[in-house]
Amino acid sequence: MKAPIKWLKDYVDINVSVKEYTDKMTMSGSKVEGVEDMGKDIEKVVVGKIVSMEAHPNADKLRVCRVDVGNEILQIVTGAPNVKEGDLIPLALVGAKLPDGEIRLSKLRGVESYGMMCSIDELKLTKDYLPDAPDYGVYVFSGEQKLGADVREALDLDTVVEFEITSNRPDCLSIIGLARETAVTLGTEFRKPEVKVREEAGGDINDYISIEIKDPELCPRYAARVVKDVKIGPSPAWMQRRLAAAGMRPINNIVDITNYVMLEYGQPLHAFDYDQIQGSRIIVRRAKEGETIRTLDGQDRMLDTEMLMICDENRPVAVAGVMGGENSEVTENTKTLLLESANFKGSSVRMTGKKMGLRSEAAIRFEKGLDIENTIPAINRCAELIELLGAGKVVRGIADCNCKSYEKRVLKFEPDRINSFLGTQIETGTMVKIFRDLGFEVDEKDMTLVPPSFRNDIVEFADLCEEVARFYGYNNIKPSLLSGKEATQGRKTYKQRMEDIIRSTMMACGLNEAYTISFTSPKVFDLINVPEDNKLRNAVVISNPLGEDYSIMRTTTIPDMLKVLSINYSRNIPEAELFELSYVYLPIEGDALADERETLTIGMYGGSNDYFVIKGVIEELLSVMGIKSFEFRPANDDPTFHPGRTARLYVKGKDNEYKYAAILGEIHPEVAEKTECPERTYVAMADVHVLIEASDTGRQYKQLPKFPAITRDMAIVVRDDIFVAQLIDAINQKGGEFLEEAKLFDVYKGAQVPEGMKSVAFALSFRAADRTLKDEEVNIAMERILKHLNRNFDAQLR
Amino acid sequence: MKQQLEAIKNQAMEKLARVSSIRELEDLKVAYLGKKGELTGILKQMGTLSPEERPVIGQLANEVRFALEESISQAKDRLIKEERSIRLKNETIDVTMPGKVKSIGRRHPLTIVLDELKDIFLGMGYEIAEGPEIELDYNNFEALNIPKNHPARDTQDTFYISENVVLRTHTSPVQIRHMMSHKPPIRIICPGRVYRSDAVDATHSPVFHQVEGLVVDKNVTMGDLVGTLQAFAKGIFGENTRIRLRPHHFPFTEPSAEVDVSCWGCGGSGCRICKGEGWIEILGAGMVHPNVLRVCGIDPDVYSGFAFGLGIERIAMGKFGIDDMRLLFENDIRFLRQF
Repeated sequence: MKAPIKWLKDYVDINVSVKEYTDKMTMSGSKVEGVEDMGKDIEKVVVGKIVSMEAHPNADKLRVCRVDVGNEILQIVTGAPNVKEGDLIPLALVGAKLPDGEIRLSKLRGVESYGMMCSIDELKLTKDYLPDAPDYGVYVFSGEQKLGADVREALDLDTVVEFEITSNRPDCLSIIGLARETAVTLGTEFRKPEVKVREEAGGDINDYISIEIKDPELCPRYAARVVKDVKIGPSPAWMQRRLAAAGMRPINNIVDITNYVMLEYGQPLHAFDYDQIQGSRIIVRRAKEGETIRTLDGQDRMLDTEMLMICDENRPVAVAGVMGGENSEVTENTKTLLLESANFKGSSVRMTGKKMGLRSEAAIRFEKGLDIENTIPAINRCAELIELLGAGKVVRGIADCNCKSYEKRVLKFEPDRINSFLGTQIETGTMVKIFRDLGFEVDEKDMTLVPPSFRNDIVEFADLCEEVARFYGYNNIKPSLLSGKEATQGRKTYKQRMEDIIRSTMMACGLNEAYTISFTSPKVFDLINVPEDNKLRNAVVISNPLGEDYSIMRTTTIPDMLKVLSINYSRNIPEAELFELSYVYLPIEGDALADERETLTIGMYGGSNDYFVIKGVIEELLSVMGIKSFEFRPANDDPTFHPGRTARLYVKGKDNEYKYAAILGEIHPEVAEKTECPERTYVAMADVHVLIEASDTGRQYKQLPKFPAITRDMAIVVRDDIFVAQLIDAINQKGGEFLEEAKLFDVYKGAQVPEGMKSVAFALSFRAADRTLKDEEVNIAMERILKHLNRNFDAQLR
Repeated sequence: MKQQLEAIKNQAMEKLARVSSIRELEDLKVAYLGKKGELTGILKQMGTLSPEERPVIGQLANEVRFALEESISQAKDRLIKEERSIRLKNETIDVTMPGKVKSIGRRHPLTIVLDELKDIFLGMGYEIAEGPEIELDYNNFEALNIPKNHPARDTQDTFYISENVVLRTHTSPVQIRHMMSHKPPIRIICPGRVYRSDAVDATHSPVFHQVEGLVVDKNVTMGDLVGTLQAFAKGIFGENTRIRLRPHHFPFTEPSAEVDVSCWGCGGSGCRICKGEGWIEILGAGMVHPNVLRVCGIDPDVYSGFAFGLGIERIAMGKFGIDDMRLLFENDIRFLRQF
């Protein structure tokens, strides 16, 4: 809401600087978004009268004028084609300040000029503000002006304060509402408007119009006046300036008056051409099925039965609270006006406006819920201005259909409770003054409060507390820290602690933490080769996305990680290691909400990164999380990944079942190509929930060994397709009680090893807890192991 | 013989003083004290002496031997020290060359801020509550005193999944879920991802992170809210930070406030960061609206509470001087490794 300060001053004294005023208003709840001082950069520009005008001796397009500025007559050279002798113009004197610079004594083609005549561009003013200004050339005052007067006065330049009005305060979408807040904030007096309508046309409103409200729920009140002998023309300059300063374009006297009253009173008004209202009746009803209306913007609107319409006997003539209809529009030929000042249900106006894609200044006010008692003062103010401007003659009386008379709310006034809620010690008298100034009725005997009709937002105790607090000053409330309250324990849940552990393990492994956004494009599935029928493609879809790229909730984080890797790669970063802890969103059949699965994603390329590095990170995580039973199984069936360099991780849950926990591996070269990642790119995606379920952070200390171990190396030759994990399992199985560890130290293929075979070498360590082992004992175990490997895997000692 | 012994001693001592390597020393030792050494040679001649002379010369010979042994041992110590110091000198490296480390990964700046916030509030007895990001319209709006068609819905551009399901626009639905399932006293913070239909630019992202806080108990005052926010602001931005509350309107709190902190760039005197204001708006807060308490089955005549919410991106950007929000989601390693 833009409020010109001079307009506010009609109703309240503002006796402090603009800065102090705006600061104080912000701190009492009317947040100031900006201040526009129209004359800020204008100094020493005065009203001058051109008393003579002669051709320039050396230039065809210039003229030499003598300009009277009251106390002297100055020689001015101008190139403006639109001025003539006798014109009153704004003259920037030597030393004057203009928004674009300073004026100095200058010589134009050899003739001295003691100043400059100004256009509105040079004063940085708009045609909206000065509608009589020419498109090109110097501004010429239209009325009488005192010579030498400061143009800031002559042009009525104002300071405009822009307030951010919150949705609970539609009353402050008006000069009067803001003036009232100003008065309470500054402690000055609020001057209630006094309106007098002369009703010169006489007659009786009831002979002109009858009003019927068919849906009092959506329209509790509808008031109308009739104006005869209408003379459509421009509104006076002062009104145009105020409208322009407040951000509205002046149109003609009737439109301008209704807009002016809307800005001043916060009550939108509408003017109909009375002669177009068929049957002299206004019927407020919902639209009928199939009805249409052409609104003032020339659009044909399909109506539905939810929409509230202002109708005459036969047809809709306006969309209630949103926009008028073309069929009853006020035109140059309008002779008689029907003025409407009504109250509509906010949500209805909002919904209708939304359906039509219309959000007029009127609708913005109506949809927040307006004061039902404001309809009459507003229509009277409108009538008064019509008379004042000579725009027509007002018929006696108001047709007021008031279906739901305003009910006062009586609230308990409990100063002690307010103080204990706020944590303050404000005196009752201070509270009483705040409420009275805000327009509340205060009964100090019964200790009750009645909020004014324009404060629909005040319904209970907490609302009263806010009123007291904002004028007492939020920042005068003494801080306390829940003293005397019951203590509570602040602690992370097991899941939250495990998340911390996962993060710190990832970072200790050298991975940097990434954050990627959770919605994505359905195209990413093709990018990572997800088969057509795969359930990953079944995603939660956003019905109003920002675009296709952000249209579904992700079911996999792999494309996002690949994107991050490719960004880094494209910037010539030779190696990258990253992880992300975030969620994927899987639709649940028959449930409105989704299965939000916490996911750990790892990605790396470059440097010494390979499959075993990413696997090592996962193994380290398993170790830190205390997951002892797990299996990495080769996975050659996921088209995102390299078929020979990918594994799935299964972990044993509390129920002894192995559950899928992660996939890890090198991405498929085709995916690498499509995602612009390096060919050797490694990713893993783990289900954090499954890992946490299988985790065990309980620890039991194992005694450190007291006796030496005996170590034996063993190299065997086996078929190439036998997995090392199978061999280790077999060794552990047959190793006996003394086998401590079987550690792989070499895998070799090539010369000396037959085609299709590989040599696998292990270091086996044996140890007894209570004595030094004998060689013979170890020999027996080694033989047993070898025999077993030979029988099961056809392994030959190398 | 006596003179012979003296001569050997003097000669040996002189050589020992000049010896410059362990090997040389060993040679000397053999030359005098070895089986064929000079002193041993003298001792071998003891038999030729008279019985009176023998103890005298014997004693002298022993004295000489001890003296030599002592000197040899001292020379050895000296030589070891000298040789070590030469070796150490030769081993000198350029200690300013870069160190070798398997570099650890870095926490994302958003996590850094989140962790700090969690620390502050865990220390004040708050739990961390979580909830779904795909949320019922009811929990995200209606339970928070924002019915359908409420004008306040305009200010939160919402992503809809269906008519009744949204991407949460704040973490407040977690508060609702928590209040519905827990009895006061309640002290929680709700961190998490939230969604608003803003196009991506330097200061906006359709996905961002929030932390909200909620306290519900008997006799919770607005002073408690102010004190809590003050403690939080000092914890995050430093001990000298001041806060300022401006009245505002949120449907779910009453009274409501927007909260500014004194500028972290200038401390309040006005600079480029705060656009000369001295204050930076960082959060919204207020006393929990009685309607919200009622919806959750908490009697507003018995209990009161406060709530606050803030955006993590904004704090991280302020704290670390990050000038473009997109950097936070782009994950350039060179950016991430600055934290």
